Amino acid sequence: MKINKIILSFISAIALLLSTSVTSFAKVVGDKIVLGSAISLTGKYSSNGVHTQNGYNMAVDRINSMGGVKVGGKTYKFEIIYYDDESNPKRAAQLAERLISQDGVEFMLGPYSSGLTKAIAPVTEKYGVPMVEANGASRSLFTKGYKYLFAVLAPANLYLDVAIDLAVEKNGGKPVKIAQAFEQDAFSQDVRLGILEAAERTGSKIIIDDKLPKELNDMAATLAKVKAVKPDVLVVSGHTKGALTAIRQIAEMKVDVPMLAMTHCDAAKLSKQHGKNSEYALCASQWHKTLSYKDKFFGNGMKYAADFEKEFKYDPPYQAAESSAALLVFKDAFERANSFDKKKVRDALAATNMQTFYGNIKFAPGGQNVDKPMVLFQVMCNADGSKCENKVVAPTKWASAKLIHPIPSWSER
Amino acid sequence: MDFLIFQVPMLTLQATLDGVLLGILFALIAYGMALQWGVMNIINIAQGDLVILGGYIAYFMYLWGIHPAWGVIVSPFIMYFVGVGIYKLVINKVVDRDLFISILATFGISILFMQLMNFAFGADVVLANSGYGTTMLFDNSVTLPNSKIFSAFISIVFAIGLVVYMKKSKLGRAIRATAQNARAAKILGVDTEKVYAATFGINAALCGVAGALISITFTIHPYMGLPYTIRSFMIVIVAGLGNLPGVAMSGMGLGVFEEFADYILGTEFRIGSVFLLLVLILVYRRFKLSRKREYLK
Repeated sequence: MKINKIILSFISAIALLLSTSVTSFAKVVGDKIVLGSAISLTGKYSSNGVHTQNGYNMAVDRINSMGGVKVGGKTYKFEIIYYDDESNPKRAAQLAERLISQDGVEFMLGPYSSGLTKAIAPVTEKYGVPMVEANGASRSLFTKGYKYLFAVLAPANLYLDVAIDLAVEKNGGKPVKIAQAFEQDAFSQDVRLGILEAAERTGSKIIIDDKLPKELNDMAATLAKVKAVKPDVLVVSGHTKGALTAIRQIAEMKVDVPMLAMTHCDAAKLSKQHGKNSEYALCASQWHKTLSYKDKFFGNGMKYAADFEKEFKYDPPYQAAESSAALLVFKDAFERANSFDKKKVRDALAATNMQTFYGNIKFAPGGQNVDKPMVLFQVMCNADGSKCENKVVAPTKWASAKLIHPIPSWSER
Repeated sequence: MDFLIFQVPMLTLQATLDGVLLGILFALIAYGMALQWGVMNIINIAQGDLVILGGYIAYFMYLWGIHPAWGVIVSPFIMYFVGVGIYKLVINKVVDRDLFISILATFGISILFMQLMNFAFGADVVLANSGYGTTMLFDNSVTLPNSKIFSAFISIVFAIGLVVYMKKSKLGRAIRATAQNARAAKILGVDTEKVYAATFGINAALCGVAGALISITFTIHPYMGLPYTIRSFMIVIVAGLGNLPGVAMSGMGLGVFEEFADYILGTEFRIGSVFLLLVLILVYRRFKLSRKREYLK
């Protein structure tokens, strides 16, 4: 009786093993190219995780409906397997293992945020699985010598250094005094490094260099110091809570500073949540819909924004646009490689040189995109503050409005 | 280390005033905690999450076009029933067990609340704008956001209201009796079950008021509750249970301490310094207690 049971469970275990190994090796099934992605659908990154997923899905639908991917004379369609990583790096790495070794995925799309991409990259690297990611900008991702990691976005240290150059230019080429406050995470600290380099390059001086905690909701101390020492530029980067807290308290404390540069303004829906108080803030962005890049799938930025709005009922943040671009890069690479061999696809990815609606894409040996500059937009409102818009002001080539500098003091606003 | 704060007297004043206003708000949350700790002997780890939930109520009113300041009326009303609900579902099963079980239970409630709020309201950082403007002192060198003054004022009103209620009303007397000796109160005809439910409800209501005020003055986010729990825990252990002036004083003290730590050590150590202070106070109290024990020997 007991032996029977053991044999039975042994057989069923083998049967289970066989049945799973049949579904394995599913990278290309029939006419489908299966991509895998761990994505933050719950947890603290869930809103940006959803933007990323929407961006991926939009591009998959578009590419599939416009003829798919042609490899070896046959047409294939994209399909993505998603797992929820709960915004947790450990979980993300586990899921990457699972996607590759259990689901047999041989091509990966990145998760949301630098931290999670950092957790996944060693896994994809170990298995030699090419990963195109669109939401990990931390510079440390590109200095580890990863061969299978490609990022369509500009690295984090380039987010705000343009602002320092701009401030110096407005100061008649003379060095400026910089006050800065950065959260202590990989991304914000890289943005900080960019500012340090820009300061050194221009001979500018950093007079306040504060670090912000993860649970930030009060930065009155930093701002009081800013008021006391009067810098030329105030730089803040602390994700959405940093942007929201800074704007609220700058307005409440009537802090006058000629230039205010930030990250994550559009993710924070700054102009919607704060209205006229957010006016004149300069924000770093990977993409803006008014830029004039083109491709044959989405047309241009304005068309992309309109289609996205139609499908998902909100204006696409840059996180969605860059995610869509990742799929375009994959399609291009598959067709040039004309193969599903991971090594060949990887080499084709490395040789990418294309324009998408999101910007030009060309990868440096480290995997970062070096062909797409960051843009800075400024929040501009109409007279009664009922409508605020983000207008690109730098670099000059893409500018759709003129930078307002210095910011008018609170007593005149 | 940065000692700019002591070189510019206006900054010292600014930090002190900010700290006092903030501390009054902390004291309100701590008062709720002290109340239900004293009555039910439960340390509520979910205190901060109740605060955040109260904040979301004010935020949603703001989204619907109602001024978020009305949140200080609506939020405690709703939160009272949330509190009673939590009591009926979970707390009444752990109320007479040891402290460890109640900490575990409320810790579980805290995690559940965080995830539910994240699920229901999204992970975005949000805030409600009161449009109250700013009071400027000394030629604009010290600024006090009116929203902070408003929060401190409302906190004081609610605290005083509660003290009066505890002294004068029948339920207040019953709560105080239960806190002193639950068994004796029961024998004398107090329905302690009802008293416990009401106490937990009142605590949740106070959290609701504080949450509404926080959404007006700062920002709210599903995962931001824990620092408020820690702060109120700290205020209560410094002040002791049932010592309202003590709670108010140690609340303000903590607020000022935090602001100064922020200026001197940097914003990144703000919450860290609170944790450090908590450890120091616990060690000190243990030290004091052990000395007392030696006397007894």
